[in-house]
Amino acid sequence: MSANQSALLYLLASVLFILALKGLSHPRSARRGNLFGIVGMTLAVVTTLTITRRIDIALGMMVLGGAIGLIVAKRVQMTQMPELVAAMHSLVGMAAVLIAVAVVSNPLAFGLESPIPMGNRIELFIGTFVGAITFSGSVIAFGKLAGLGKYGRIFSSAPVAFRGQHIANLVLALVMLTCGILFIGASTDAQWTPFLAMTGVAFVLGVLVIIPIGGADMPVVISMLNSYSGWAAAGIGFSLNNSLLIIAGALVGSSGAILSYIMCRAMNRSFFSVVLGGFGGAEGEASTDAGQKSVKSGSADDVAFLLGNAESVIIVPGYGLAVGRAQHAVKELVEKLTAKGVRVRYAIHPVAGRMPGHMNVLLAEAEVPYDQVVEMEDINSDFNSTDVAFVLGANDVVNPLAEQPGSPIFGMPILEAHRSRSVIVNKRSMAAGYAGIDNPLFYMDRTMMVFGDAKKVVESIVKALE
Amino acid sequence: MTELVDPTITNITIFVLAIFVGYHVVWNVTPALHTPLMSVTNAISSVVIVGAIIAAGPGTVGLGAILGAAAVGLAAINTFGGFMVSQRMLAMFKKKEEKGKQ
Repeated sequence: MSANQSALLYLLASVLFILALKGLSHPRSARRGNLFGIVGMTLAVVTTLTITRRIDIALGMMVLGGAIGLIVAKRVQMTQMPELVAAMHSLVGMAAVLIAVAVVSNPLAFGLESPIPMGNRIELFIGTFVGAITFSGSVIAFGKLAGLGKYGRIFSSAPVAFRGQHIANLVLALVMLTCGILFIGASTDAQWTPFLAMTGVAFVLGVLVIIPIGGADMPVVISMLNSYSGWAAAGIGFSLNNSLLIIAGALVGSSGAILSYIMCRAMNRSFFSVVLGGFGGAEGEASTDAGQKSVKSGSADDVAFLLGNAESVIIVPGYGLAVGRAQHAVKELVEKLTAKGVRVRYAIHPVAGRMPGHMNVLLAEAEVPYDQVVEMEDINSDFNSTDVAFVLGANDVVNPLAEQPGSPIFGMPILEAHRSRSVIVNKRSMAAGYAGIDNPLFYMDRTMMVFGDAKKVVESIVKALE
Repeated sequence: MTELVDPTITNITIFVLAIFVGYHVVWNVTPALHTPLMSVTNAISSVVIVGAIIAAGPGTVGLGAILGAAAVGLAAINTFGGFMVSQRMLAMFKKKEEKGKQ
């Protein structure tokens, strides 16, 4: 196959990748979209195999890696999706670094000149350090998400901060840049020392950038690393003059950047404050004035009565629901209520899970039809005409303080559960949420608190309804 | 105008246009599918496997070929795993009427 033919097939693969993302605009077309992605990837791989001299090793490694990938993808729990995605980002980052080292050691194999021209060196430098940061940053993010804190403090979900952290990062970034510049200007004999030093510093930098970020900000971190993995692929594409890698990398990079922006906006945080870290460590800390105000607490029977006599109910699921594995119980409850003629919908806040769209997947897994699940912007105006808002394991995303100027979360978009005629809140205790602030929703006259494990509470509500 | 354009400039052109396409396509993705979006983009970014296959196959065994082979293995986990897990997730998104069909 000539270089022109393979370039045209790469173009076709790029178009298929774009169609794959386009398919995700609706659940109906999404599976077809994923199929486009698979076809595009197959085309890209087969085309490359036909233009490569020796393919037996590559095929063997593909079978090995593919088998591991398929097994993991089959076995992973939907609650573990954030960990899986973080682990996969790290693989793309590492693959990019390995390819870059291979290019430096044998540029002729890639159709580049030897010694490597300056333009390609700049591209290699960028591709390598982005890949290295993606790798080590994703490993840390994986550790934080998988709860590996007990194996080392760097994996702790609480932010890890030390004095002079920002200055240390800045110094390392400058060292990395200097090594990069030395590599760009170096002769073939003297290129390895600055190149490897640059790569090593980038690995360390990736760790330092992610450790100060707390558990609550994980949705932003995953999106950010998603973006980085795309830029790393694009960087390799530049070094190899491969348009497919550039296009695919740019698509992924911009996708991750948009998701980071959406997540930051949903948490009312600027991107820089997330990256600079030190937020989200107050998880579970009870706020000081919680004991002085009185809450009205009720039993599962009370809740069943309220729900059974309502005309319309909106369920607000939070991550607490997923942790308690209560999705299936909730779905059963909703079926019971629907049979009684109650109109039930789910209201989803963009950060309801631990990664963008996580709660939607968890509900879909429990076979909740997606047309019952409504996004925040579309359902907020319906709360004041709703009889009961049932908040399950959510806290900050329904905190009305967000509407009060001067509060620490002022301006954060919330689900306006407090506007409905009555509110039921299920929580395990009165502990504050990630933001570490009290929630006035719990103390309203129209609010009834039901304490206890989400799954048990919902199951006993279902029983009481019978 | 006989002067040839540097390939880097062509690459930058492709790159910038692809970012624009990505920007517009991704804003149209429904928020309900943001997790599958991430796993699909993850699978797509494993297209670096193309570079890895080239690195693994120069015909001569050396550092580059060994690293290339390792990169093929890593990227393949992503390629297969990413599309597979996306398929699994997307299969769960059903409408009310579609339930029980399977």
